[in-house]
Amino acid sequence: MKKLLTLTVAGLMAAGPAMAELVFPSLSYRTGPYAAGGIPFADGYADYFTLLNERDGGIGGVMTRVPECETAYNTERGVECYEATRGEGALVYQPLSTGITYQLIPRVTADGIPLHTMGYGRTSAANGEVFEWVFNYPANYWDGASVIINYLLEQNEGSLEGQKIALLYHNSAYGREPIRTLEILAEEHGFELVQLAVDHPGQEQGNQWLTIRRERPDYVVMWGWGVMNQVAVQEAANIRYPMDQFIGNWWAGAEHDVMPAGADADGYLSLNMNVLGDLPVFDEIQQYVHDAGLAAGDGSNLGSVLYTRGMYAAMLAAEAARTAQEIHGVDQIDASMMRDGMEALEITEERMEELGMPGVGPAFEVTCANHGGPGMGRIQQWNAADQEWVTLTDFIAPDDSVTQPLIEEDSMAFAEESGIEPRDCAM
Amino acid sequence: MPEQLIFAMEVTLNGLMTGVMYSLVALGFVLIFKASGIFNYAQGVMALFAAMTLVGIQEGRVPFSHLINAIFGTEIYDFGWDVPALLAILLTVLVMVGFAFFVQKVIFKHLVGQEPIILFMATIGLAYFLEGVADLMWGSEIRTLDVGLPQGINLAIDETTFNWFGYGFFIDNLDIVATIVAAVLVAGLVAFAQYTKQGRAMRAVADDHQAALSVGISLNFVWILVWSLAGFVALVAGIMWGAKSGVQFSLSLIALKALPVLMLGGFTSIPGAIVGGLIIGVGEALFEFSVGPLIGGATENWFAYVLALLFLVFRPQGLFGEKIIERV
Repeated sequence: MKKLLTLTVAGLMAAGPAMAELVFPSLSYRTGPYAAGGIPFADGYADYFTLLNERDGGIGGVMTRVPECETAYNTERGVECYEATRGEGALVYQPLSTGITYQLIPRVTADGIPLHTMGYGRTSAANGEVFEWVFNYPANYWDGASVIINYLLEQNEGSLEGQKIALLYHNSAYGREPIRTLEILAEEHGFELVQLAVDHPGQEQGNQWLTIRRERPDYVVMWGWGVMNQVAVQEAANIRYPMDQFIGNWWAGAEHDVMPAGADADGYLSLNMNVLGDLPVFDEIQQYVHDAGLAAGDGSNLGSVLYTRGMYAAMLAAEAARTAQEIHGVDQIDASMMRDGMEALEITEERMEELGMPGVGPAFEVTCANHGGPGMGRIQQWNAADQEWVTLTDFIAPDDSVTQPLIEEDSMAFAEESGIEPRDCAM
Repeated sequence: MPEQLIFAMEVTLNGLMTGVMYSLVALGFVLIFKASGIFNYAQGVMALFAAMTLVGIQEGRVPFSHLINAIFGTEIYDFGWDVPALLAILLTVLVMVGFAFFVQKVIFKHLVGQEPIILFMATIGLAYFLEGVADLMWGSEIRTLDVGLPQGINLAIDETTFNWFGYGFFIDNLDIVATIVAAVLVAGLVAFAQYTKQGRAMRAVADDHQAALSVGISLNFVWILVWSLAGFVALVAGIMWGAKSGVQFSLSLIALKALPVLMLGGFTSIPGAIVGGLIIGVGEALFEFSVGPLIGGATENWFAYVLALLFLVFRPQGLFGEKIIERV
């Protein structure tokens, strides 16, 4: 009898209408050696969706839900998190890890769930004709490398001929991503590229900085993450390398990357894909989320570099979901509709202003062929006295004539080895 | 003198300094293994926990504040005072002694006589537990460690070597301090073991704990003492490494650098931990300098283990380890 009753209740529950919600899983890392970067990003991501729920009643009247799964920046755990959450009606994944991204690309393609890797992951996924389910707007690694070189060109009256640039990189899939682009740019602009790999996690860099001291490169470009960044900034200070000739990419330019070195970090440069500053949306997050006791973290990260980027990532996801609702004329969208929304996403200056984050990123449109966005970045500089980043430049565009052929070549090679027939976006 | 030779000399000196930093971590492992036969997997996490506690006390932060605030709806994060570095270090030592009591009373007291693998597994559990407690107690943010240690290039060495070779060597002031601290630490530990009653009791237990028990030495006391000393060594290692990178969770991974040192120097020898550290430090630095550029660099992590394995093949007990002969 008891068994029959249980089965009946279970049957009724299964037959009943599912509660409408939009699910945005967060594959976060709040523990382990990379937690310092993972926490503010995850907080920003979750808090923005909470704001939408509390202030607007969700997106298009449908509440959002952000189930978090801890990956500890570990690829295997990232895949486990994907498997554990995809059945919950996941609309899009943002794993904040290039290693996890590489493992998820074939899975999301088979399962029909979009993957958004903003400024990380597989760069050639920008080619939407091959990577139908993967998006990396508004910028990718190769764009980042090119933007840094364009900035240096600007600083050197348009020529880097005969100069020496050292690339200090995390010895991982992530760290190795910009090498090819920089090699081509070195050939094109006549500078020498010195490559210096740093092993995980990056606490040991003594030999690399001794090499930098001996080689005396004109600039050091860093592709770092986690403890590697803090140690590198300290080591640069130790050998008295000029901080304004040391440029990190956008994953090596958060407050916690420079603060341990104190005043010695003053003048350090880094790339950023989003704007910093006192955005009006922060007041709303404070009011509707933090003051209401609904913050994902302790509230101390609000407005920081990576919190802002996590919030920006959430905003792009929410806007894509809204676009999908409009395209399909329904409020409750599925992953396939979400993909359509991402592919038709249009971010304008007016929309960013409306959302309380004017100019947080560049205005851009995603298309069937271009999943990568405009690829622009800004250069910021650390002011140790005021403990804040100062934006030095407007958005700088990458050199598409270098990055596009690389994207084409790499994505076509992937299509061939994976047996993918590229879509014809001109149709 | 050829330029490459001068550079190699600089790399060797820096390798020696790095080796001392490895030895600081390895010492904690040796102390516990020598006295109790336990390979303490949690030593790296103890360094992390000690450094986080030191910074937390220094900054006057309320331990477990997130937990307290979540349960009671309060918003308390700090006491509003700063504690001087020396006092904070003393208080952290007390916390590590308390931790030693906890470890002995709650875990190892109940595991006396168990197989070494069981004791090892217990330390794995302890490592993850301690990492979780550290997170709950002090949070996951990176903290700046400031106990007044000097950092940056040593100008005297730079100038002197420049006058000799026409190229100034880079030696980090922090590494020089670490070397002095390690020398004092080892001298202190050896003197403690040789000339104090408690130290002799520790050595007696290390030699034969059943015989030590039979002459009235308290195994319980000695193990608490040893875990306290290991906690103190972990604090020193945490301070030195934390000064370089800030205090953060990756500090626990420094234990990985101690393993090849132990394989090479032996698990039971304090001088072995020092010499092993120096050999590993110099070996990996010279390999990276000479061979690294030819094979893509970043060789330090794996080459340290290759070096240790080479020593292991010819001397399984390590350079200074005790050779165990079991009669059948």
